Amino acid sequence: MLTFTLRRLLIAIPTLLFISLVIFLLVDLAPGSPLSEIPLTVPPEVRQKMMAALGADQPVFVRYLLWLRQFFIVEPAYLLDGWFGTDLAGDQQRILSWQSRAPVFTVIGQRLPQTLTVIGTAYLVGVLIALPIGIYSAYRQYSAFDQLGTLFAMIGFSVPTFFSGTLFIIIFAVWLGWFPTKYDTQLQVTDWASFLEQLRQMALPVMTLGLANAAVISRYMRSSMLENMTQDYVRTARAKGMSERTVVLKHVLRNSLIPVVTVIALGIPSIFGGAIITENLFGVNGIGAALILAINASDLPMVQTLAFIFAVLIVLFNLIADVLYGLLDPRIRYD
Amino acid sequence: MTDAPLQAVAKPERPASPWRAIWSQFRTHKGAVFGLVILTLLVLAVVIGPYLWNPEKLTVAKAMAVRNRPPSLQFPLGTDQLGRDMLQRMMQAGKVSLAVGFVAMAIAIVFGTFVGVVAGYYKRLDGPLMRLTDMFLALPLIPLLLVMVMLFRDRIASVMGPELGAFTLIVFAIGITSWMQAARVVRGEVLALKEREYVLAARSIGAAPHRIILRHILPNVVSPVMVAATLGVAEAIITESVLSFLGLGFPPDFPTWGRLLFDGLQYMQLYPERVIWPGLAISLTVLSVNYIGDGLRDALDPRIRGR
Repeated sequence: MLTFTLRRLLIAIPTLLFISLVIFLLVDLAPGSPLSEIPLTVPPEVRQKMMAALGADQPVFVRYLLWLRQFFIVEPAYLLDGWFGTDLAGDQQRILSWQSRAPVFTVIGQRLPQTLTVIGTAYLVGVLIALPIGIYSAYRQYSAFDQLGTLFAMIGFSVPTFFSGTLFIIIFAVWLGWFPTKYDTQLQVTDWASFLEQLRQMALPVMTLGLANAAVISRYMRSSMLENMTQDYVRTARAKGMSERTVVLKHVLRNSLIPVVTVIALGIPSIFGGAIITENLFGVNGIGAALILAINASDLPMVQTLAFIFAVLIVLFNLIADVLYGLLDPRIRYD
Repeated sequence: MTDAPLQAVAKPERPASPWRAIWSQFRTHKGAVFGLVILTLLVLAVVIGPYLWNPEKLTVAKAMAVRNRPPSLQFPLGTDQLGRDMLQRMMQAGKVSLAVGFVAMAIAIVFGTFVGVVAGYYKRLDGPLMRLTDMFLALPLIPLLLVMVMLFRDRIASVMGPELGAFTLIVFAIGITSWMQAARVVRGEVLALKEREYVLAARSIGAAPHRIILRHILPNVVSPVMVAATLGVAEAIITESVLSFLGLGFPPDFPTWGRLLFDGLQYMQLYPERVIWPGLAISLTVLSVNYIGDGLRDALDPRIRGR
């Protein structure tokens, strides 16, 4: 298992390098990059100086390596400095956002808690809704509940979150007035009243994302349960005279959860991607909103960094899912 | 007297065509039939609709006078903030949305099938091509698409004009970022197919690889590719509307359903129907396409068919 994990980690390195190269080249070679925006009236020697100041007169691979160094060595060093008060980074150049002139990672650090609170809760709620639906649908296959669950999942697959979110805003915020339309980032949770307020403003984004996730996960839960329900060990357990409850919720559920857990792990990075829409719709000030803001402001360092962070998350959770699968299922040993 | 039985022997019943069997299985899937009906209606509405519903072009002054009208006989879906007929705009937008979905899917499927066949058939290329596929699967798609649109939109628009430019860019971007599923499915099928006896027979009589692939392997991967293609249309339509929804898709005078929804957002509180119509259209299209894919999957699987 350890060798497998190590091997997967080693494979992850070229994958990440490839992705970083794609992101770097995409932004670097794009016709819309800032170096092409220098007006033609600027004299050549000044242009040369501007290019040198931005480091743009170096060959592509040198710039790429410098960018990697900033990302993988300088920024973590600053992070460690921040945590332990050491001075590893010295005063090396950080990745600076062009719109705010602040280090990109500081901005991300400020915005990450918002994303994690809202999106994390949404995913958790989604999983908590999906598991019982999946279990019961499989237990009573083709029952009315199962048909309803299938319809719910199909609608959840098909209705994009930007539309379901908008519908929720129109129904619950505009017509019924139960929840606020926009998320108030300034709200501090200090007492019971402000906590309730926080819950109210989180309700709509959490519902939007949670339902979309629940649709997907409940399908996986159902098919995984169905696969296990017909296994021999289930008949054995019943033959031993175990209660239906024990058979379903202990024997079958435990085995069925194995693939579902990996699906849940695999879905975590994609919810960050989906969060871009939800955050923009509800005005949650998280990293998804930061990405759109940066794109609209042509803030390339911010865009590059955020896109790369999303890629790191995908690779990381793929790895976690693989390792989890091996840990949970003794039949699967990769070595 | 002995004529009749002889004739019956001489005219054996024609074997049922596989397409007929597929169709009869497809028909038993209620959701799939519903999806096919809805999708056909939607396609007809956006293709033929503009010929049937062709309101006169209003002058600016007249259009200003009929801004934000509720649904009426003259404007069945009302008008928008610039006095444009919403029904007409919905039909124009639907044409673009569906076109994006189908063209992007076609690009993805052609490329994915090519990669899948090559990787499955030529052992030497299998490793590298599948690594490439894995790497593409690890790319963060929405952020990447947004970056691509942001960086290339103006340049392509200046070459091809804003409408065609946006269309080409978005279709191409979605196409090259969504071929991976098709490639994986096709590769798996090809790996199994190329070990079959008939492929061996073809090879033993000296058929060239390209002939074996075109004649013996490709027809057998059609069914998984068709399923992947149907689901790919839904995926592409959603991706395009996400881009448009975030304001990085099509220009407002060349709208898609996603763009109409984005434009309607500002007026959501006063005129919610402007958000609901395009959203409903997207959702219905995707829902019906998903159901069709579901039905096709069952219908094309000979193990399920005929049960």
